[in-house]
Amino acid sequence: MRRQIAPAIVTFLAFTVICGIVYPLVVTGVAQVAFGRKANGSFLHVDGEKVGSTLVGQAFTSNEYFHPRPSAAGEGYDPRASSGSNLGPSNPVLVGAGRAGDQRELCEDGSEADPCAGLIQQREREYREINDVDPDTEIPIDAVTASGSGLDPHISVANAELQAARVAATRGEDVDDVLTLVDAHTEDPDLGFLGERRVNVLELNVALDARR
Amino acid sequence: MSLGSWVQLTVLVAMLAVSTPLLGTYMAKVFGGVKAPGDRVFAPIERGIYRLCGIDPEGEQRWRAYATSVVAFSAVCVLGLFLLQRVQAWLPLNPDDLPNVPSFLAFNTAVSFVTNTNWQNYSGESTMTHLTQMAGLAVQNFVSAAVGIAVAVALVRGLTRRRAGTIGNFWVDLTRATLRLLVPIALVGALTLVGLGLIQNFSGFTEVATVEGATQQIPGGPVASQEVIKLLGTNGGGFFNGNSSHPFENPNPTTNILEIWLMLCIPFALTWTYGRLAGDLRQGLAVLGAMVVLWVSAAGLTMWMEGRSNPRLEGTAVTQVRTDTATGGNMEGKESRFGPPGSGLFATTATGTSTGAVNAMHDSFTPLGGMVPLVNMMLGEVSPGGVGSGLYGMLVFAILAVFVAGLMVGRTPEYLGKKIEAGEVKLVVLYILIVPVVVLVFAGISVLLGTARASILNPGPHGLSEVVYAYTSAANNNGSAFAGLTGGTDWYNITLGLAMLFGRFLLIVPVLAIAGAVAQKNHTPMSLGTFPTGTPTFTGLLVAIVLIVVGLTYIPVLALGPIVESLVA
Repeated sequence: MRRQIAPAIVTFLAFTVICGIVYPLVVTGVAQVAFGRKANGSFLHVDGEKVGSTLVGQAFTSNEYFHPRPSAAGEGYDPRASSGSNLGPSNPVLVGAGRAGDQRELCEDGSEADPCAGLIQQREREYREINDVDPDTEIPIDAVTASGSGLDPHISVANAELQAARVAATRGEDVDDVLTLVDAHTEDPDLGFLGERRVNVLELNVALDARR
Repeated sequence: MSLGSWVQLTVLVAMLAVSTPLLGTYMAKVFGGVKAPGDRVFAPIERGIYRLCGIDPEGEQRWRAYATSVVAFSAVCVLGLFLLQRVQAWLPLNPDDLPNVPSFLAFNTAVSFVTNTNWQNYSGESTMTHLTQMAGLAVQNFVSAAVGIAVAVALVRGLTRRRAGTIGNFWVDLTRATLRLLVPIALVGALTLVGLGLIQNFSGFTEVATVEGATQQIPGGPVASQEVIKLLGTNGGGFFNGNSSHPFENPNPTTNILEIWLMLCIPFALTWTYGRLAGDLRQGLAVLGAMVVLWVSAAGLTMWMEGRSNPRLEGTAVTQVRTDTATGGNMEGKESRFGPPGSGLFATTATGTSTGAVNAMHDSFTPLGGMVPLVNMMLGEVSPGGVGSGLYGMLVFAILAVFVAGLMVGRTPEYLGKKIEAGEVKLVVLYILIVPVVVLVFAGISVLLGTARASILNPGPHGLSEVVYAYTSAANNNGSAFAGLTGGTDWYNITLGLAMLFGRFLLIVPVLAIAGAVAQKNHTPMSLGTFPTGTPTFTGLLVAIVLIVVGLTYIPVLALGPIVESLVA
């Protein structure tokens, strides 16, 4: 064992220098020169000021803007605390108290107005109210669920379309104009087949403001 | 499964079909012979390292010396990484003034990264300085992967040599795996990822005034250089708490599929290397076949499950149906850009390899969609497993398979012409039993202890799944989590740390012992009664052995966790 200690320490130090100092410095150097904007966080500027990163979602609550998905990162869209909710698919906190066994107990013990509703049902109701969605229209799942990072910059196209009327009315604009803008900010799947069709909320909202 | 799922899976298989022979042949040259491509660049650096170490690169080791080197190197790494975390506050590259890491957490994290597990009881953005990330954690991402490859190569040498006393030199294997394989791919990969949107800088948080007039802190850091080796080395420890779901670690579906490929490229290619070194490519292909069958089935199952509706939401006014304009499926904990297909494919790959990275929160997966990642780890990380550990795990199963086949026909079993006798079979059984014992005993104690139960987030059978998942992940050196479980308590810091140590070194030592034992044996020529191991039949037997051995061990606990949860709709 003792004969192995010296090479162990030397290799540990050698690889700390090669893989831990030289390698990241080389990558940083080349990245800063070749891809400076991306390497620094793809910041979005309005009037010369940074308003956020196009890759990182941010909170929007006012009616004149499109709203992002619910977020479990801190108080919502806090990049200091990226996180999902980690609520399980059967957790009554998320999906409401169903009919089975111990869940009924939880439902009746609750003191709130509607203790049986889970986060998803509550969000569905709020979303419907804010956007004045008629009762026959179902809300797309992404609008009532939190993402894994809590920083999801995107929403689904269906979600954006349901919000368009409210945004247009608040701004005194024509719905069709707003929908056209949504369409212009819809990203297709990468290369046509990778991933999902999606709308970047921050870019869309900044574009809305830019048209004034 | 949706069309998108099939297309992504097909593209990925095509990428792997190209990379496996290329990378496999390259590694066979790096580990098999004296001369290898790139000697002019790498040989001088290697000679420098050997000279500093005072070792003779031509001098080979017997298995005991090889194993001692592995343990000595890992012990130094644990100590070094522990110390770095304990003094990080006073070192440079700490733009956000983070304090030193508490000792139990530092122990858990040091063990976690050295054992290639990368279980994280901390949030990267609020715990680790840039220096700790790049010169501590990322270094272990390289060398723990190299250790895995070294052990796998040593086992292959044992199987292919005749009447040999030695199985290679650990220091040479470690150095060559790091310098000639991991660093070059990481360099190209990191720059590619930055070009696609990952960040790479040394800033702290940048405060911006948002459109609505609030403030938001946008993080900085050397992320791309760490992301690439986190995946390439099947490590999995995220720079950020959100891991590969974080937009700065995985900004779009293109980076997503590249990251999935990074996890798979070396584990699959090593089977090709094995075939080359064995002088019979079919031996490698039979093992590769078993890995592919397990990985593809798991991927398909998860993508399908996650694309379906959560039955508990039926009757609510929410639609989970996939359309042209909505992802549908189980979207809690998933990113819009990946959707259920991109999330399911990543999840099965990260758990089938021993990576444990996540781009969606496994705790929020459907019961059966979340069971597949759990079973992937329970299989012992062989679908296709971690870098190196996947190959040596599968070869141990292969030895078990020929032994079982031998019992059925009443002949002494042989693998690659080596007679498999009582000594080897005992080591194989030891290898297979250690992990389930660690998982089930620790998980059993945890559900009895009030303090350990208090860490559970989700009620009912899902809570049991969280605890079982944690120990399965730690003991199999995976590192992914049903992250609702609060792992940062003393109990979990210590027991998960122990589970990781047992699951790494109590497996590596028997593997090297097997290597040493079979290296000494002579080659038995093929005869009419020899069971051929380079055939599709053997692939089928191998898959069956993996599933049966695991099934018998874990089905009771799976029945009490995810299976019950999926039945009580």
